[in-house]
Order: sequence, then structure tokens, then C-alpha cells
Amino acid sequence: MNNTISYERYHRQMILKDFGEAGQQKLLEAKVLVVGAGGLGCPALQYLTAAGVGTIGIVDDDEVSLSNLHRQVLYSVADIGSSKAEKAAEVLSKLNPEITIIAWSERLTTQNALLILEAFDIIIDGTDNFSSRYMINDACVLLDKPLIYGAISQFEGQVAIFNSKNSETDVAVNYRDLFPHPPKENEVLNCAEAGVLGVLPGIIGTMQANETIKLITGMGEPLINRLLTYNALNNQLYELELSSRPETISLIPQNENAFEQMDYEWLCGSKIEQYEIDHNFFDELLATGSIDVIDVREPGEIPTIKEFAFHHIPLNKLQENIELVKTNTVVTICQTGKRSLQAARQLIDIFGTSKKIYSLRGGIIQWKEQHAKQLL
Amino acid sequence: MQINIIIFGQLCDLLGENLMLNDIADTNSLTEMLNKKFPQLADAKYVMAVNKKVVTENISLTNNSTVALLPPFSGG
Repeated sequence: MNNTISYERYHRQMILKDFGEAGQQKLLEAKVLVVGAGGLGCPALQYLTAAGVGTIGIVDDDEVSLSNLHRQVLYSVADIGSSKAEKAAEVLSKLNPEITIIAWSERLTTQNALLILEAFDIIIDGTDNFSSRYMINDACVLLDKPLIYGAISQFEGQVAIFNSKNSETDVAVNYRDLFPHPPKENEVLNCAEAGVLGVLPGIIGTMQANETIKLITGMGEPLINRLLTYNALNNQLYELELSSRPETISLIPQNENAFEQMDYEWLCGSKIEQYEIDHNFFDELLATGSIDVIDVREPGEIPTIKEFAFHHIPLNKLQENIELVKTNTVVTICQTGKRSLQAARQLIDIFGTSKKIYSLRGGIIQWKEQHAKQLL
Repeated sequence: MQINIIIFGQLCDLLGENLMLNDIADTNSLTEMLNKKFPQLADAKYVMAVNKKVVTENISLTNNSTVALLPPFSGG
């Protein structure tokens, strides 16, 4: 990274009152991570690069497609099929070769999020789904990083700064103070058909870049603990004052380990629930006599199962032992129901709808507990 | 007594454009009344703000209170 300021490049913003050389120096020293190089991420990245933020990180596992181009303005037709993170980094480094750009062409997960986020001062959420949004929020709370939130739906957008304080005595509100629990699929209306006007993420993403620059340089009044909504159809702006909720803290993983164990996709969707079954339904399936039960735990894990017949295939050996499945109904089980969910997903990928695939919720531990209760 | 309701995002598909209601004592009664009138609202996730401040517990409404109903957005 070049540590000297290019006066010519940044002249127009450096002559601003409250910005000056000090503001430019702060931008140069700042490290900003943009998660999602899509509709929100593209304009945010473009303006932060142009403004001279010294280190910019980009995380996105997606590839450019034709339907992205109406709003994801960093890409062109020739980029279709290429990694967004890499293409964005390439375009941005041409715009400003004086800054450092780091691209991750991978999905942000509970396994890599803390490691990646830790190296940055400010995180920008430019993702397009609730599971990523809740994961990023929780990671920012855990790591104590300011989060520049932006989201859109059809003609409306929201912007806010979470996990940041106006003063030492202020509380730092986060996304879970606004919406403690992720919505299930049926709680978000018309999600699939929502659609978006291309210019809207341009406006909201640019607002996110603006809030980021204000936060770094200390100019103006950043949207700390406030949520701004913008309506592109009637130009209405509406600002809400946010407040913390006492229960929020209990919803956020308390440490790195707990964070890595979180299943945000499960929290946010009903797709997995469709193939998760409870112990009663499992007993009914067992009673039919024509099911394959697969214990996906490693050898030697307890409790052992003596109550019913099953195949023992550890999760990482599942694909190669698939021929053991003979019936049209399969139930995967493990200790607590997490690995069996992964197994069920793998089996659904293999068998599609040709077989009924289920995972036992709560695992063998809960099943044994329930049966012990019934015997009392 | 008049309460103005401002509706955001896809809640508009359910409740229509903005509403004006009379004689509602507090936010709990408002939720109850809206759920009765728009049964699908009971399944929708949203946050309620009174006079531009997000409410996390029941608070009383006064003449000309403005209530905003804001759903979560996920798009990007």
C-alpha cells in the first residue's frame, strides 16, 4: 500500500471543510470489508475505492450473470461466468491502483467469517439473504466491529449503522434489536417475486459508502442507532430511532465456538424443516418396517443403538456407501440432529424426489430421552 | 383522536397504502385490531415505531400519533 496521499487524486474532497488532509489520512489508514459484491456492494465498493479507503476487502462466492447487469454496475457482458469478487477487484484496482484490494471468491460462513472480519475496521453488509445478514450481524457484535447495514425490497431501501456508539455512554444497537429472530419463509411476503429496480441498490449502496466515509472521518451525523428508509417511487425518507432489547444479547453466540456451531441457514429457512422429523414420526416410520435408518456418527460414539436396525455410515463416507440404501424412505440420525441434517441434504442431492429423506430432529440423544420418559 | 399508520415494504401488499384510525388506546390494541382486520398480518414479521421511535413494549397512543410498520428487507 502506498502510504502517501495523492493530492491531485483526492483534491476535490480534501478541500472540503471538516475533511481536509486529516480526513484523507484516516481513509487511507482504514480497512473496510464489503460482504457481497452485488447490487449494494458494487456502488459501495466503487465509491470507497475512488475515495481512497486504504484497504478494501471483498467477499462473494457468486459468479456474474446477465440478470445481474441491470444493477451490478462493476461488471460487463464479457464478465458473465466470472467470479464477482475477482472481477470487482480487477475493475477497482484500475480505478485506484494506490489502494490495497483483497478478494475472497468464497462464501462467508461461520467457519471463515470471524477470521476474515477480524482484519477489518468496518464491515459493510451488501448481501441478499437473511442467513448471511444475521451471521454478519452476530459476527460484528462478537468482534465489536461497526456494521454498515443496507437492504432493499422492490422500490424501498433501508440503511443503518449497527454496533457503534455516538458516545461512551451510548448503547450500541444491532440488527437483532430491530428484528430479534430471522423471519421464516412464510413471514416474508412474496419473497420470490419481490424484484428490484436497478437504480435502488445504487442509491442505497452509495448511502452505505457515504455512512462509511462519515464514520471513518468523523464528519457529520452518521446513522448510528438510526434506520433510514428511502422510497424510490415517492422520494420519501423516513428515519427511525432504534432502541436495544434486553433479550438480544441472549440470541447472539457468546464466543467463537458458539458462533461456529450456529446454523444460520436453518434459522432463516423452512426448507430444512421439511425434512426434519420428530421422534413420534420417526417411531411411526420405524413401525412400517420398510425404512433405511443411517447413523452418520463416527465409530465408537455413544449412546449406541440397540432398539432398531440401522446402517452405520459416518457422514464423510456417505456418498461412497450409498448402495446400502434399499428402501424408498431414509432417516438419517446422529447425536443431536446436526450432522444428520447435512447427511439428509447430501442424500436429497443424490436421490432428488425419488426417495423420501428425513433427518431425526434432536438426534439419538433426544429420541432416547423421549422413550425413557414414556417408560416412566 | 386520530392515529396515522405508515406502512412500509411488502406490508403494503397486505394493508394497502397508509391508514388512518380512530380511538386506539395503545400499541397492543392496535396490533390486535390490525390482526383482526388483516389476519395475514399475524404471520408477518415487522417492527412497530411510534413517532419515529421503535417500540419494544406496549405504549399508549395519543391524538396524531404516527405509527410506522416496517418489515425486514433482505435484498441486495
